[in-house]
Amino acid sequence: MKQFAQLVNILGSSTKTNDKLEALQNYFSAAPDKDKVWVIAIFSGRRPKRIVNSTLLKDWCMEIVNIPPWLFEESYHTVGDLGETIALLLPDIEQEAEAIQEHPLFYYLETFIDIEKADEGIRKKFILDSWRQMSRNEKFVFNKLITGGFRIGVSQKLMVNALGKTVDVSPNIIAHRISGNWNPATTEFADLLHEDSTTIDTSKPYPFYLAYAVDEDLAGLNDTDEWQAEWKWDGIRGQLIKRNNECFVWSRGEELMTEKFPEYNEIFQQIPNGTVIDGEIISLATPPENGPFKPLPFAALQTRIGRKNITKKQLTEAPVGFIAYDLLEYNGEDVREKPLSERRELLEEIINKIHHPAIHISPVINFNSWDMLREIRTGSRDKGSEGIMLKRKNSAYQVGRKRGDWWKWKIDPLTIDAVMIYAQKGHGRRSNLYSDYTFAVRDGDKLVSFAKAYSGLTDKEMAQVDNFVKRNSIEKFGPVRTVKPELVFEIAFEGIAASNRHKSGVALRFPRINRWRQDKKPEEINTLDDLKEMLNIYGTA
Amino acid sequence: MALISFTSKGIYCKQGDFYIDPWKPVDKAIITHAHSDHARSGSKNYLCHTLTKPLLQLRLGDNDYQTAEWNEVLNINGVKVSLHPAGHIIGSSQVRVEYNGDVWVVSGDYKTEDDGISGSFEPVRCNTFITESTFGLPIYKWKTQPQIFSDIQSWVLDNHANKKTSVIIAYSLGKAQRILKPLAGTGLPIFAHGAVYNVHQTLINAGWQLPAIERVFYETPKEALLGNIVIAPPSAEGTPWMKKFYPYSVGICSGWMQVRGNARRKNADAGFALSDHADWDGLLSAVKATGATKVFATHGFQSAFSRYLNEHGIEAAEVKTEFGGEEEESIDKEEASNANV
Repeated sequence: MKQFAQLVNILGSSTKTNDKLEALQNYFSAAPDKDKVWVIAIFSGRRPKRIVNSTLLKDWCMEIVNIPPWLFEESYHTVGDLGETIALLLPDIEQEAEAIQEHPLFYYLETFIDIEKADEGIRKKFILDSWRQMSRNEKFVFNKLITGGFRIGVSQKLMVNALGKTVDVSPNIIAHRISGNWNPATTEFADLLHEDSTTIDTSKPYPFYLAYAVDEDLAGLNDTDEWQAEWKWDGIRGQLIKRNNECFVWSRGEELMTEKFPEYNEIFQQIPNGTVIDGEIISLATPPENGPFKPLPFAALQTRIGRKNITKKQLTEAPVGFIAYDLLEYNGEDVREKPLSERRELLEEIINKIHHPAIHISPVINFNSWDMLREIRTGSRDKGSEGIMLKRKNSAYQVGRKRGDWWKWKIDPLTIDAVMIYAQKGHGRRSNLYSDYTFAVRDGDKLVSFAKAYSGLTDKEMAQVDNFVKRNSIEKFGPVRTVKPELVFEIAFEGIAASNRHKSGVALRFPRINRWRQDKKPEEINTLDDLKEMLNIYGTA
Repeated sequence: MALISFTSKGIYCKQGDFYIDPWKPVDKAIITHAHSDHARSGSKNYLCHTLTKPLLQLRLGDNDYQTAEWNEVLNINGVKVSLHPAGHIIGSSQVRVEYNGDVWVVSGDYKTEDDGISGSFEPVRCNTFITESTFGLPIYKWKTQPQIFSDIQSWVLDNHANKKTSVIIAYSLGKAQRILKPLAGTGLPIFAHGAVYNVHQTLINAGWQLPAIERVFYETPKEALLGNIVIAPPSAEGTPWMKKFYPYSVGICSGWMQVRGNARRKNADAGFALSDHADWDGLLSAVKATGATKVFATHGFQSAFSRYLNEHGIEAAEVKTEFGGEEEESIDKEEASNANV
């Protein structure tokens, strides 16, 4: 555990990607194989289930430290991370204690699995015993693992690169081998990375190819003929896989979502074996006979994910469809190296044979100059899309986010001027800093809250706002402070939908702070009527 | 009327007609220590500990200074006043005020662990204790000084082995002197920013024996710095002045480094939770040792700390003051720009 805690410490504090890469490489060359398998699992989103809820963990910590709940809360809101708060509150390990037992990482993770369903008393004993044997840093890492919220400043890509360098295999191959369904508790390191692995996993998706945002200057892309343009749809990127009469739906977050979308069952019946389609999982309005498909706002899709059982009502109110972008496997053959133009032909061949209202091929936009495309892009919102995708016609389907062949060209966000009315301390690097804000628009002489936003300010601005909050708070509700409505910000967002869960009657998609309007007074902010008008114009796609 | 009251100019003793660490100019100011949020300019007469005087001269210039030793009892307008070690920085003192058998103690800033140069914190019995609470939450529990020093030393030696300069961020007054001995223990040459160097010279002139440091000049050759140690105040971090030390690694010495998010926000390569303030246990033990029946908590987590004391049978209230870390940084900034670097 010490070794892994040290790795996490370096990854969490290092400011340079190269240092992180080096730390991972060092880890992979020194750690025991069983631990390595778990580290690969953890950094590729295959965390163990959490074995205890945060309330219990909190209670056990307070019991040991003997502090009242309000003081625990106060500490938590200052630290901004539950696992870290507990690690800081618990007594530090005694340096002299010789009896400390060092266990490898896998020991803890596999014990988690063993006791997942055990009595609370057994789980409590294991956790308390573990705490006693760990330094503060180890306790922090351990707590992050048991609470299931393990996010450390490392992308899967970085981990894969480091692993690739250590075992001398191309990162693309590694990325594919570690994808799909495998259980870190039963998988050997050698098997995981070995090419002709005997256990063939039919569910294995391909790593997604992701695009960077295009620079406003399109001239660098040269000839428009070399490019295929499509609408950029706002759902969840996913892969439909059918092999050996088994069907799988993977999300870009490498989550298996097969059970969530019964709509796809009928589609799969019409897909041949040995097929992998890349596309967008998206909520679509039931189209008129042969009419064009019509995306519903992202909020509709949200009612369908994160739920175990889907009701009939949800199925009718938010039907889910699939917009196909690309073909990755054809007749059981990996076709990612073929040029896009060929893959597109094969994709059309497959989709054309499917007769089902929920699946569509992503339409290609016809254009003959960049100016024309720029003009077409302004109509994105009417289409229910968030911009345009550009793909080089002769491009291979690459791995991860790469520059050059694929670009996304999103439309400018919608914006509105609002005043900050509540503030709360943030998490992570915004810890102990008032950096989570709630914003309001004007409604007559009242202020109506409509959005929360965390990101968008520079560190310096954040410090200034923090200072303002400390000096201008009116009331304290737990961790939240009501603030004198004085600071005006421009809030940007991607979409707007009606909502009866919010006082304002609207829900925004991905709100963030665009800029601090120090030139504006709170009297000059937008009104609730302005928001409602936006809802009318852009509200339904 | 209480012996001591909280006014818009600062902590005031009406009977003795003096202020303690006032933030506005007054006739008579008793200064607990030379940090800029406690020692401000413009007052007519200053009373401080003998060791604080040269530091006040450095920061406030020539003034009417009166000095006292620790435990020396002075009579100011019939009020008994004495200074007692606070262990925060060199010369830092608590102020004991007694009149008609009523005893108040103003802590200023303090730490309970003896760091070897700031004097050993002395608990003073009193009826009323005005305490700082900078780190008044139970998440703040410091490692011992030897532990942190050994962490700093191994980090410095690691950097040296990787041919990187160790840039250590520490307040020019207090922390910068405290870390000198362990840094000298690495055997590597120590360089310093002008602001740090000025304080160092002042203390040497006042008779302190401190490990030698060299000031970084524009002409200092890059090769002389590489792999060695540079001490700089917080205001110098991220400025072009740092370019000279490339490749370097930045380590921040501050109690705030206890929380990971703070270190990440400051983009520090390493954070050392080395503080000149008492931690949670230190604050509680200090309060208990005074035997005070009434406590006022100032700058820091005063609301949480006073609530906790109230729940544990010690009457406590929070007081808003103008003490706090930000001032200290801004003054360091002034120094940095004044210092000829």
